[in-house]
Amino acid sequence: MSNKINHSMSLAKPDALDITTKQKIALATGIVGLFIFVLALLNTNFPNKGIFLTSALLLIAGGIIVYSREAYLTKLEGIKNDGQWFKSISSRGVWGWVLGLVLTGFYIVLYFYPKYLGLDQGVDGGNTGLISLFDPLSQLLSGRDASQWFVYGTLYTLAILAFGYKFILKYRHNKYQQLRTFSVMFFQLGFAFLIPEFMYVMNNDLPYYDLKSVWPLNYYIFDEWSVNGFLSNGNIGLALILFGIISIFIITPILTYKFGKRWYCSWVCGCGGLAETAGDSFRHLSSKKMSAWKIERWLIHLVLVFSVVMTTAMIYTYLGYDKNDFWLTRGVFISLVIGFLTLIFAGVMYFKRQELGKDAKFGAIGFFSVIALLLIMHFTGTTDHVFYIKGGALRSAYGIYIGSIFSGVIGTGFYPILGSRSWCRFGCPMAAILGFQQRLFSKFRITTNGGQCISCGNCSNSCEMGIDVRHYAQKGENIVRSSCVGCGICSAVCPRGVLKLENDSMKGRINPTEVLLGNDVDLMELVNQK
Amino acid sequence: MEHIVIIGNGISGVTTARHIRKLSDKRITIVSAETDYFFSRTALMYIYMGHMKFEHTQPYGNWFWEKNRIELKKGYVKTVETKSKTLLFANRDTLEYDKLVIATGSKPNKFGWPGQDLDGVMGMYHKQDLDNLEKYAPNKETCKRAVIVGGGLIGIELAEMLNSRSIPVTFLVRENSFWNGVLPAGESEMINRHIKNHHIDLRLSTNLKEIKADENGKVKSVIIEETGEELECSVVGLTAGVSPNIDFIKESEIETGRGVKVNRFLETNIEDVYAIGDCAEQHEAIGNRRPIEAVWYTGRMMGETLAQTICGNRIEYKPGHWFNSAKFLDIEYQTYGWVFGERGRPENEKHFHWKHEDDTKCITVAFDKNTNKFLGINTFGIRMRHDVFDRWLSEEKDVDFVMNNLTEANFDPEFYKRFETEILTTYNQQLQTA
Repeated sequence: MSNKINHSMSLAKPDALDITTKQKIALATGIVGLFIFVLALLNTNFPNKGIFLTSALLLIAGGIIVYSREAYLTKLEGIKNDGQWFKSISSRGVWGWVLGLVLTGFYIVLYFYPKYLGLDQGVDGGNTGLISLFDPLSQLLSGRDASQWFVYGTLYTLAILAFGYKFILKYRHNKYQQLRTFSVMFFQLGFAFLIPEFMYVMNNDLPYYDLKSVWPLNYYIFDEWSVNGFLSNGNIGLALILFGIISIFIITPILTYKFGKRWYCSWVCGCGGLAETAGDSFRHLSSKKMSAWKIERWLIHLVLVFSVVMTTAMIYTYLGYDKNDFWLTRGVFISLVIGFLTLIFAGVMYFKRQELGKDAKFGAIGFFSVIALLLIMHFTGTTDHVFYIKGGALRSAYGIYIGSIFSGVIGTGFYPILGSRSWCRFGCPMAAILGFQQRLFSKFRITTNGGQCISCGNCSNSCEMGIDVRHYAQKGENIVRSSCVGCGICSAVCPRGVLKLENDSMKGRINPTEVLLGNDVDLMELVNQK
Repeated sequence: MEHIVIIGNGISGVTTARHIRKLSDKRITIVSAETDYFFSRTALMYIYMGHMKFEHTQPYGNWFWEKNRIELKKGYVKTVETKSKTLLFANRDTLEYDKLVIATGSKPNKFGWPGQDLDGVMGMYHKQDLDNLEKYAPNKETCKRAVIVGGGLIGIELAEMLNSRSIPVTFLVRENSFWNGVLPAGESEMINRHIKNHHIDLRLSTNLKEIKADENGKVKSVIIEETGEELECSVVGLTAGVSPNIDFIKESEIETGRGVKVNRFLETNIEDVYAIGDCAEQHEAIGNRRPIEAVWYTGRMMGETLAQTICGNRIEYKPGHWFNSAKFLDIEYQTYGWVFGERGRPENEKHFHWKHEDDTKCITVAFDKNTNKFLGINTFGIRMRHDVFDRWLSEEKDVDFVMNNLTEANFDPEFYKRFETEILTTYNQQLQTA
C-alpha cells in the first residue's frame, strides 16, 4: 500500500526507516511481557501470579517507554510523522491487518466468550487462565477475584498510560497536546479504573459507575438493575443517579457551550483517550471520502435515535401505571420525554434554522422517528411491547450490536484499518449529542489564519474524524463542525501556522468568504457583497 | 459558448478556473503535461517523507472536475498560434481557444554547471523530480550522500526530506549566511545553527564548480569551487531559485522578458491572452514586490482577479499587504509587511530584534526611524494573526502601538508560553539605551 516506488528488488527490507538496536530490544521486552499473557491464556499455572502479572505489565510498559524515548528524544522537537505511510503497520500493510485481526479476535472473545480467557473455569468456580493471572491485582484493589472486565480495564489503562507517554514525547513542543494527554491519562486511571473499584470496597452493592461516563455512552445507567442498585444504597446511590441525570442535562451543555465538545471527547472520555494514545499511529487512516462523510452522518444519528428509544423503552418497561405507587408513571414519563424532545426541536427550528441547512434534514428525520416511535409505543403498548419487541430485547440488541460490536470490536479492533476514531465518528451517540450542541451553541471553532493556507493537506491527512480541514482552511473559513473533537492535531501539523482552536464569542463564528485575505480589498468587498 | 483554455494546473490556473465557474457558464479547459489532477506543489516534500501519499496532496477529489464542468487535458503545449487562437501540442494535437490563460509556473534554475544534466541531478519542483528522487535516493544505502546546491526555501526543504531518511546531506550555500538576501542577520544566523543541529553539513560561502559522472553517466561526485574539494555523492539537488517556465511561447508573438510580460490587468500584449502566477512578469513592480513573484498566495490572488476580468468585470491586480510563511525544518516562519535583509534595506528602515534564549524563536520588527511607522514583522517559532497585521498595516500604526498590542496578534495554540511581556521589556530597554 506504500506510495513509494520500490526500485530495489530486495524482498527483505525495501524501506529506509529501520528501527535502532535499542528499539529492537525494547520491542523484544514488550513481546516477552505479552508472551506471559499468552502463556497464562494457555492455562500455564504460574507459581506466584502476583510476580508474573507485575513483570508482564512492567515489561510491556517498559518496552513502550524505551521504544518511544529512542524514537523521539534522539531528535529535535517538532512534528515527526516520517514514514507513517511507508510502515506496514500504519499504512494498512500486512502488519496492520495482522494487528487488526488480533485485536478484533481479542474483543470477540472478551465480549462473547470470556470462558476462553478463563472466567469461572476453575474447579471451585474460580478463574483460570488469563483472568486468574489478574486475580492478585483485583484482590488488592477491591478484595474480589478478577472478571474479564477487570482484565480489560487493566490493559486498557496500561495502553492509555504507556502510549500516552509516547504521545507526550512526540508532541513535546506542544503544550496543548501534553496537557490534553495528561488529562485523559488521569481520567482513565482515576475515574474509569481506580474509583469504581474503591466504590465497590466502600459499598459493595453499588453498580459499577465510571463517573465521567455520561448517558448515552453509559447506556446501562438507567437499566432496572442499575437503578435498583443505586436506589437500594440510600443517599449515596440517589446522589449518584442524580449526578448522572445532571451530567446529561446541565453539566454537559454548559461545558460544551464554553469549550466545544472537546472538553469531553479529547480531554476526558476513555474511548477518545485510547484513540488518542494507542490509536495515534493510525489516525491518518480515517477516510476523508465524501461517501464516508455521508455514511457517518446517517449512522451516528441512527445510533442516537436507537439509544434514545431503547432507553425510553427500558425505563418505560419497569415503571408502573399507578401514580399512588410512585409519581413517575409510564404516562408521565412518556409525556416528559416527548415534551422535552419537542421543546428541543422547536427551539432549534426557531433560533437556528439558518445555521443548520442540510443537517437540519437529518436532525428532523431522526427527531420525528423518535417521537413517532414513542407515541406508537405508548398507545399500542398496553403491555411492555414496542412494535411487539420487548423493551428488554431492544436493550440487549443495543448492548450487543452497538455497545459491544460497534464500540469495541469494530471501534477499537479496526484501528489499523479504519483509523483511530471510527467509533467516535460513526457510532458514538454521546458524540452525536455533543456535536449537535457544538454545532448549535458553542463558543468553540477552529479559526483559519487569513490567506496563509497552501493547501498542503497535512491537516486533513491527520484528522482522525475524517474532516477535510483543508477544504475550509484554503478558503480562510472557520471550521465549525459537529464531528470535530478538538484534538488540535491539525493545528499542530500545519507547516504554516494557519489553524488555531479557539473559544470566542458566538458572533461571527461561521464566516463564509470567497476571496482570501491578502488580495485587493475592493475585490473582497465585491465578491462578498452577495 | 466562449472557450477559456488555461495552460498549467497549478494553484494559479486552477483558482482561475474555479472562479470563472463560480461567475459564469463558459467552457473551461485546463491543460497540463505534469499530472492528471491539481496537487499542492508545496506538499511534494511530505510525500517523500511519508507524512502523506500523493492523493492526499490533491485538494479536490477526482470527481470535482467533471461535476464543475472543468475539462482536463493532459498534453505538452509546443507552440501558441495567437492569430488563429490555436494551441499546438507536442503530439500534434491542436486546441482552439477564445481566451487563453498562461499559468505554466516555474522551472528550477541551472547556471550552466558542468554535469548539471547527469542522472541523479534534479531540482525539487515537479512531480517528476520527486519520482527521480525516489529512484536515486530511496534510502541511505543507495544514496550514501546527497549534495544540495543553493540556499533558499526549496533547498532547505530538500535537506529536510533527505534527512528524514537518514541520508547524509551537504548543503552548499553561496551566501555567507542562509537566505540572508531576504532575512535579517539575526534570523539568518539562527537558522544556520538550526540546520547544523539537524546534522546537516551546511557549507556557507561555498560554490559548486562541477558535477562529475561515473562510467554510466550518473553522478559520482561534486567539486567545490573555493577549495577544489571533491565530495562523493549519489544525488545532487539544484535549488538555486526558479525562473518562469515559458520556453514554448518564445517563438510566438506574445511578449516575454524573463517571464510573460503583463500589465496590471494581467493582460499580455496580445488580446485575449493572459498570464498569471510564477510565469507572469509585471512591466513595473508593484510597490516593494518583485516583478515576478513565485509565491503560492500571489498565484492564487492573480487567479481570483483574472477570473473577474474574464467574466466581464475588468479589474486590476492589486495585491494587499505583503505576507508569506515557510517552515525551516522545525521552525515556523511568518512575515507581514516588509522586513528587509542586509541587502537592499532602505536607509530609513530600522529593526528591533528579539531572540529567545532557546535559539528557536525570534522576531524582527521593522519601522521607519524618522516617523516610527510600523513597516513589517518577521516571526520565527511564534504564530501571528494575518488579519490583525493586515489591519495595523492599513491603519499605518506606529511601532510603539504594535509592540504594546502584540498579544492581540498572537496565534499560538492554547496553553503555549507567551513572550509578549519579555519582548516588550526588551524593546523598551533598547529604546532607552538607543
